[in-house]
Amino acid sequence: MTLNRRSILKAGAAAAALPLLGSRAFAQGEPLKVGFIYVGTINDNGYNYAHNQGRLYLEEKLGDAVETTYVENVPEGPDCERVLRELAQQGNKLIFATSFGFGDSVIKVAQQFPDVKFEHATGYMKADNVGLYNARFYEGRAVCGTIAGHLSKTGKAGYIGSFPIPEVVMGINSFVLAARKVNPDFTIRPVYISTWNDPAKEADTARAMIDQGIDVIAQHTDGPAALQVAQERGIVGGFGQGADMSEFAPETQLTSIIDHWGPHYAASAQAVIDGTWTAGDTWEGLKEDVVQIGPYGPKVTDEVKAAAEAVRTGQIDGSFHIFTGPIKDNTGVERVPAGQTMTDAELLSMDWYVEGVEQPA
Amino acid sequence: MDLVLAIFVTLVGAATPILIAALGELVVEKSGVLNLGVEGMMLVGAIAGFAGQFYTGNPYFALLCGAFAGLAVSQIFAFLTLSLSANQTATGLALTIFGTGLSALAGAPFSARPVSLMGPLFPAELASHPLLRVVFGYAAPVYFSVIMVFAIWYFLQRTRAGLILRAVGENDHSAHSIGYPVNAVRYAAVAFGGAMAGVAGACFPLLLTPQWAERMTAGRGWIAVALVVFASWRPFRLLAGAYFFGLVMTMELYAKAGSGPLSSIPSELWAALPYLATIVVLVLISIRRDAFTNAPACLGKPFLPTS
Repeated sequence: MTLNRRSILKAGAAAAALPLLGSRAFAQGEPLKVGFIYVGTINDNGYNYAHNQGRLYLEEKLGDAVETTYVENVPEGPDCERVLRELAQQGNKLIFATSFGFGDSVIKVAQQFPDVKFEHATGYMKADNVGLYNARFYEGRAVCGTIAGHLSKTGKAGYIGSFPIPEVVMGINSFVLAARKVNPDFTIRPVYISTWNDPAKEADTARAMIDQGIDVIAQHTDGPAALQVAQERGIVGGFGQGADMSEFAPETQLTSIIDHWGPHYAASAQAVIDGTWTAGDTWEGLKEDVVQIGPYGPKVTDEVKAAAEAVRTGQIDGSFHIFTGPIKDNTGVERVPAGQTMTDAELLSMDWYVEGVEQPA
Repeated sequence: MDLVLAIFVTLVGAATPILIAALGELVVEKSGVLNLGVEGMMLVGAIAGFAGQFYTGNPYFALLCGAFAGLAVSQIFAFLTLSLSANQTATGLALTIFGTGLSALAGAPFSARPVSLMGPLFPAELASHPLLRVVFGYAAPVYFSVIMVFAIWYFLQRTRAGLILRAVGENDHSAHSIGYPVNAVRYAAVAFGGAMAGVAGACFPLLLTPQWAERMTAGRGWIAVALVVFASWRPFRLLAGAYFFGLVMTMELYAKAGSGPLSSIPSELWAALPYLATIVVLVLISIRRDAFTNAPACLGKPFLPTS
C-alpha cells in the first residue's frame, strides 16, 4: 500500500471523524500492520531508499503476516507528530520512525498509544514502547578507508559531509584511521555543506576538492553527485553511500556501503507477532548484515581487495575494531591509550577529529 | 593561477541556470506580472530535460524538452492570473508546489538512472590551454545565457515590441486604451519566462550533475527571483549579479576544501557576502532612488479592463 502525505492526512481526518470505528483490537490471524515514516523520498538513491528497501524485505520475508504502509517526505517538526498519530489511529501496531529528528514526536505519540510499538532509528530517547536501532556505518567506512589508503596517489582525500554531528564525525574518523594504517601520511579535509541533498552543491564541492589536489572522495550526503564528478574528472575514485551507486560511476566507484535494514525490520515485526517485543536498543553492523560492503570496482586490485576483506572479516569476527588505541586527535593529544577500545557511548558523542583530519573551515 | 581559472569555470557553471531563469523572470516582470513559480517551472524543466537526455542522448533536444515543459506549466499560471485574475503571488507559490510534486511524480521511474553530461560546444583543441578553456570550455547553455543578456537588453530598449511590453508593465490601462492587447502581451511574456525557467532547470542534469533527484534545483529558483530585484530589472546588472552569486557560492566551497592561502579566508565570510551585498544595494537604493528603483509600476496587479 502506497500513501503520500496528503492522502494519509485525508484518511486521518476521516478516521478522526469516526472515533468509535478506530481499530483498537488486534485479533490473531489478522496481518500485523507496520508503518514507516521517511524524512526524504524513497527515490533519493541513498538513505531513504535503503529504508524502503528494508520495508520491502520485511514484506517479502513475512508475507501475509504483515501489511506495511509508508509516508515519505515528512519534515522533522509538527507534521511528523501528526503523521505518527494517524498511522497509530489507522491500526499500525509497529511504527518505524527512520530519522534522528523524529525523536521528540515519537516519544509524545508513544505516550498516547501505549499499545503501539515504536522504533526510532539513530535516536537516543527510549520508553516502554519506544525502542532504538542504529547501524554501525563506521565499520563500512573502515573498509573504504583501507582502500583509499592503498589507492590514493596524492595521499589526500576529500570528504563531503552534511552536518558535523557525531554520526558523520565518527565516519570521517573511521575512514582516516583505516587509511593511515596503510599510508601514515594520509590526510583528509572534510567539507560540510549543511544539507543532506543538494546534488548541484555536492557536485561543485567535489570539483572544488579535486581542483585542490585530492584524488579520492568520500561522502556522507544522500546522493551520487560527487561520484559522478569523480568519474567525469577521472580521479582515482570514490565510494557509494547508503546504496550501490556503481550505475553512476562504473569505473570510479571503488566500493560502497549499503544500509541493509531488512533483517532488523523482519526480526522486530516477528517479535511483535510473537508477543516477545521489548523496547530494545540495537546498534548492529557488518556481523549482523545490517551494514554491507558493495561490489569492488575495477580499479581495486586483488591485493587491495584482500586488505579490504581482511578489515571487513576482522570486524565480523571481532578481532578488529577501528577505534582501538592508540588514537591521537588532530591537535596531537592522545585520546585513546594503546590497547583500549572506545565505548559505544564515547563513539555516539564523538565531537573531535583524529590525526590526519584537517580541521574543517 | 590554474586554481583561479578552475574557480572561474566552476562559478560559471553554478551561475548559468540562475542567470537563465532570472532573465526569463525579468521579461515576465517587465510586462507587469510577478511569477513566483520559477522554482516549480525549473523542476519541471529539469525532469523533462533529464527524460529527453535519457531517451535520445541528444542534449539539444533535452534542452528543448525542458523549455517546452516549463512553457506548458507557465501557461496554467497565465490562465489563472491573466484570464481569471487570480492573485499572482498565491498562484506563483502554488505553481512552485505543483511543479515540485509533478516533477517528483514524473521523475519516479528515473531514480538510479544516470545520463551523460553535455559536452563543451567548441572542439577540445580550442580549449587546450587553461586560459582558452575559460573562453571556449563550456557547453552551449553558458553561451546561450550570455547572448540572451544582450538580446533581452536589445529587445527591451531598442525594439518596438519591447517598448510595448514595457508600456504594458508600466501602465496597463493606458496601453489598453491606445489599443495594445495587454493580456496577449503578458501571456507571451509568461510563456517566455516559463521556457527560460525550463531551460534553466534542464541545465541541472545536463551541466551540473547527470542524474535526476527530487528537488534538485534546491531553491535556486528563488535566488533567480531575488536576483531580478537585486539587479533592479536591468539585464546587465543581472549578469553581474548572477556571476557574483555564482562566485560567492563557489568560493565558499573552495575555501572550505582548500588548504592553501584560500582557506585563510573564513568560509563564513563567503556565506555572509550575499547578505552584505544586499544591504549595500538597499543602502544605494535609498541614496539614489532614481538609479535603482526601476520596478514596473503594474507589477503583480491584475489587469481588469474597465471598458
